[in-house]
Amino acid sequence: MKIDVSRQKVHNEFAQKVEEISGQNLFACYQCGNCTAGCPVAFAMDLGPQQVIRYSLLGLEEEVLESNTFWICASCLQCTSRCPKGLDIARIMEAIRLIILRKKERFDRLEVDELPEEFLERVPQIALISGFRKFSS
Amino acid sequence: MEYLYFPGCTLYTKAKNLDEAGRECARVLGFELRELSNWTCCGATFPLAKDNIMALAPPARILARAKQEGSTVTTLCSVCFNVIKRTNRLIQADVEAREKVNTFIEMDYEGDVQVLHYLEILKRDVGFDGLKTAVKRDLGGLKVAPFYGCMLLRPFEEMEFDDKEAPRIFEEFLEAITCEPVDYPYKIECCGAFQSVGAPEVATECAYAILSSALRSGAEAVTTTCPLCQFNIDSMQKEIREGHNDFPGIPILYFTQLLGLALGLPVEKLDFERNDVDPRPLLREKGLI
Repeated sequence: MKIDVSRQKVHNEFAQKVEEISGQNLFACYQCGNCTAGCPVAFAMDLGPQQVIRYSLLGLEEEVLESNTFWICASCLQCTSRCPKGLDIARIMEAIRLIILRKKERFDRLEVDELPEEFLERVPQIALISGFRKFSS
Repeated sequence: MEYLYFPGCTLYTKAKNLDEAGRECARVLGFELRELSNWTCCGATFPLAKDNIMALAPPARILARAKQEGSTVTTLCSVCFNVIKRTNRLIQADVEAREKVNTFIEMDYEGDVQVLHYLEILKRDVGFDGLKTAVKRDLGGLKVAPFYGCMLLRPFEEMEFDDKEAPRIFEEFLEAITCEPVDYPYKIECCGAFQSVGAPEVATECAYAILSSALRSGAEAVTTTCPLCQFNIDSMQKEIREGHNDFPGIPILYFTQLLGLALGLPVEKLDFERNDVDPRPLLREKGLI
């Protein structure tokens, strides 16, 4: 049986959008898993970063968007630094985050009033600013 | 010698203990940090989306203003260093992004300011041998684990700061100021970064892994260059203890505080009361204060 895995077939609209925002070629990933192996927050992720890439290419947009992987990513660039194919995986995670945050319904992940007052007094500006840049539109 | 200095927001408030010690030590070592006359927040994240040009405006404006006052800009904060240096690289290399940013900030900047971190000044201009001779208070081989975190080092090709897997600059600095650097596998790991606001339970586990590793390797204290790392591994020890009641705790010092101590600055200039885990009992026990 012949299976057609041509770029046209697999390269769905969602994957194209991720590629466009991230500037990365998802097809470069050969599923070695080095990203997950070195990721300091992989223990809290539903899917490893390489699985997110594979799911995206298979058109499993809903499964990707429902995973917590790209929300948990801390943009530390350890995966980017170690990817043998030179993919900037942190950019791919950022692209998926932005696909959600840029929707007109404003699906913000973080609201100021959700943070406890005691915590707000302690937390430095640098954490709040970077946090809100990553988790809100 | 004089360097243009960009403090950044956090160093003006929560991280005064990083800033003030840094300025004092510069004077003792014979260089001056002259603060930029007009600056804003750098944005605290380098935009990872190719089309997010807007987020480049604050760091680009900082650089363009630095250009009006000199040829270099120096930071103490690793995040500011990362954001400003990466923006500078992008402005140098990407003509389209440069034009868009310049149009937006209504300035004409071409990426020709050199972005420096304070540690680089110590290594390159003061020299670690020179630093050794300036030590007034012998820290007696205090066992300190250097915590590099992410921002000084990655992306390696753009930061050009040190080796991406086995950096040495922090160890050389610690040796010069009579500390004993502790080697441990987590020194270039992530502290959890902004996840301390998004998913604090995740950031806490990162900090726990780092600090346990440092403790297992015999560290008596940990040192950082970054107010975000400092918060996550110092202040968040309270949260670590909630999940790991056997966690003994460990003092976390800014590298400028250790430097100030070694250069013989009076203790009241080093703001140890601002550190969440009080380092003074350890320093007293060692006869250093």
